[in-house]
Amino acid sequence: MSKPILSLNNLRAGYGQTEILHDLSMFVQPNEIVAVIGPNGAGKSTAIKSVLGLLNISQGSVELHGEVITNTPAAKVVELGISYVPQNQNVFVNLSVKENLEMGAWTRPIGIPERLNDMYALFPDLAEKRNQTAGSLSGGQRQMVAMAKALMVDAKILLLDEPTAGLSPKYRSEIFETIQKIKNTGVPVLIVEQNAKQALAVSDRGYVLVDGANRHTGTGVDLLADREIARMFLGGGH
Amino acid sequence: MWNSFGFEFINFYFIPGLVLGCIYALGAIGITLTFSILRFANFAHGETMMTGAYLTWTVMAICSGVLGFAVHPLVAAVPATLLVVLLFLVTDRYFYKPFRQADTIKVVMASFGMMLIIRSAVQVIWGPNQLTFVPGIAKPNAYLKDWSGSIDFLLLIPNKHLFIFVGTIAFMMALSYLLNKTRIGKAMRAVSDSPDLAHVTGINVDQVIRATWIVGGACAMAAGVFLAMDIQMLETTMGFRMLLPMFAAAILGGIGKPYGAVLGGLVIGLAEELSAYPWIGDGPLLSPGYKTGVAFAIMVVMLIVRPQGLFKGRSF
Repeated sequence: MSKPILSLNNLRAGYGQTEILHDLSMFVQPNEIVAVIGPNGAGKSTAIKSVLGLLNISQGSVELHGEVITNTPAAKVVELGISYVPQNQNVFVNLSVKENLEMGAWTRPIGIPERLNDMYALFPDLAEKRNQTAGSLSGGQRQMVAMAKALMVDAKILLLDEPTAGLSPKYRSEIFETIQKIKNTGVPVLIVEQNAKQALAVSDRGYVLVDGANRHTGTGVDLLADREIARMFLGGGH
Repeated sequence: MWNSFGFEFINFYFIPGLVLGCIYALGAIGITLTFSILRFANFAHGETMMTGAYLTWTVMAICSGVLGFAVHPLVAAVPATLLVVLLFLVTDRYFYKPFRQADTIKVVMASFGMMLIIRSAVQVIWGPNQLTFVPGIAKPNAYLKDWSGSIDFLLLIPNKHLFIFVGTIAFMMALSYLLNKTRIGKAMRAVSDSPDLAHVTGINVDQVIRATWIVGGACAMAAGVFLAMDIQMLETTMGFRMLLPMFAAAILGGIGKPYGAVLGGLVIGLAEELSAYPWIGDGPLLSPGYKTGVAFAIMVVMLIVRPQGLFKGRSF
């Protein structure tokens, strides 16, 4: 096992007095896609948000490359190389596609034009729409903008919060393909998903969350094959 | 055809309306930017305009009294702008910043307090009496007749109005460049769009807020100096009287839309002046005393009919 890039160790976290994560541990290694699945309200999104310092961690730690970054404010976390795509409102609707990407590069000192071209190559749809406002794009294209925007920095890891929620099957497959492409560029991806089957199929490993703690862990293939998990979360047995 | 209708209408209603509109527009830009980026209605904005005019007056007084040469208000306004911006940044750091996470209503009330503080301070320093940039009576001194050579086409445009038009257009162009072409301007639009997303994108929101104060302050400053040039006097309530029409302009254009604020300002300014034109019969349609009422009526109707404003701004 190689050294993890990001690890969450025995986290207890929540909003105000309400604790949502009770004892959560997970990690992401270089060159892998890790999926977090589980029923609604299990704390999947909360797990990601705790990394970003968007809620209060009362116990446990978050480590990036072995360095503790627990409760670091979001802007600083992004600067450290953790890029995050929220589930909703993840693009600046009044800004053009290009401007959205430029904003994503806020903490990047140099090489912005080159990086823009990299992103247009990775997301060809966006190249031709670069001067349109993000608000005029379809849901799937917005998701592409959001992911490209997050990759404008030299991300050490990309966190995606339900990237396929509300998308048509065509775009869903496209997003999952893109996530694999992103992994191939050397950026590991941590993805929280409702579409568990598809997510596990592209993932190297997966975590099943229930009630703010991990219930099952395994490779994507193993989790997909597990009868109990299939019955509980994947919509019927095989 | 340049009959008495055209002459009177253009020179005494339309041009003054446009001038007033320019002043409202510049003021409303600051209001709409603070509203959308800092998320509160800044009641102290009118006071900033007023302070700017007073500081400009002071720079002029120092130049002619101590240094022995007279300067135009627009020249004196440059160093005065720097002072106003500095004042803004200090107030933001020590007065508004502690309120950053507070409920909107608390910040609004705080800005109301700031309004009273600024006005009282100005009254203490400069006194409650009216001041003037230039003593004496100014005559309208630019005529289109001089340029066209025809007596039939007489446009009475005082120099001060020319300065105000040109100054406003220059400000609009600079603002448009800032918001669309510069990194900080785009970030201002991004924060106005979604502060939460800006935060997790890694944008330095504090820097954007400082930029907002600087831009809003400079526009307010220009509006204040233009107003003092237009009404040819300075008084401590001049900013406060502008507050309602400026808010009306910002709401009319759509909160968070600088171009909307400009359009809103021009519409409100024209509506106020044109409401006093004798459209029916010989007397003014509305007594000039009701001018402010016109702005208020437009604001109320707009909030009922189309709360997001002409340019689809934020609605609350």
